[in-house]
Amino acid sequence: MSAAEKYVAAAYGVFLVFVLFWVVIIATKLSRLERETGELARLARARVAAGEPTDG
Amino acid sequence: MRMTKTPLTVLAALVAVLAAVAVAMIFFVAPEDADQGLSQKIFYLHVPIALTAYACFGLAAWKAFRLLTTRGERYDLESYTGVHQGTIFGALTLVTGSIWAKASWGVWWTWSSNQLVLFLVLFLFYCAYFMLRFSLEPGPRRERISAVYALFGVALVPVSFLAIRLASDFIHPTVFTRDGPQMTGEMFAAFCVAWAATTLLAYVMYRVELAGKRTDANLRELREVLAQ
Repeated sequence: MSAAEKYVAAAYGVFLVFVLFWVVIIATKLSRLERETGELARLARARVAAGEPTDG
Repeated sequence: MRMTKTPLTVLAALVAVLAAVAVAMIFFVAPEDADQGLSQKIFYLHVPIALTAYACFGLAAWKAFRLLTTRGERYDLESYTGVHQGTIFGALTLVTGSIWAKASWGVWWTWSSNQLVLFLVLFLFYCAYFMLRFSLEPGPRRERISAVYALFGVALVPVSFLAIRLASDFIHPTVFTRDGPQMTGEMFAAFCVAWAATTLLAYVMYRVELAGKRTDANLRELREVLAQ
């Protein structure tokens, strides 16, 4: 592999790694949102079961 | 059809197609540059990323302007997301540019190029946006101050873009001149496809990030309501 080939591979590789890293961050955030939504749904169901209004 | 109404999946699929076409055109259609050889292929990545960063900062400024003129709260998150995307693409511009500089000039960075230094100033200016934003309490005051900062920052974009034309710079190459693009038709076609793919990728990322931030805000509100 020539020096030019290495630099071209490095530049495109950096971009690819960045996109993959972004996907990991978004996946982590999505998991957190899913967990929090589940917790709030459970809380709302518990309040409905207890006969409390859920609209504040 | 308005872009904001287009489903994200359609846009994401379009990005994948455009990226594949761009890579094929860059490596199999566009000829090798007579001066720089293979390392010139970085141009098709570096320049679209830089232009996308400018576009993100422009979008952030437009949303900031809308916030200041209409007081619409939603523009605050949109402007913030635009600055965030612009900063990410700005960092990528600096990294890919540095790799290209090493391949072409033999150095990772040079302070004698106005284009490079002004882009770094622009990048650092927008990095400071986050320090300012997170040093203030959430609310209308933070929204207004952040919007004014984002609006002022966009003034640096044309300065950075025109830097090599405003001052004589013999290091950083000028590809787009008044006589048109200084490259072959195949090279220009590959560049345009790569540019479209990068811009669309940034837009998809903007929409995904914005949806995440809005969901976060809605969840926070819901949690407060349920806690009462």
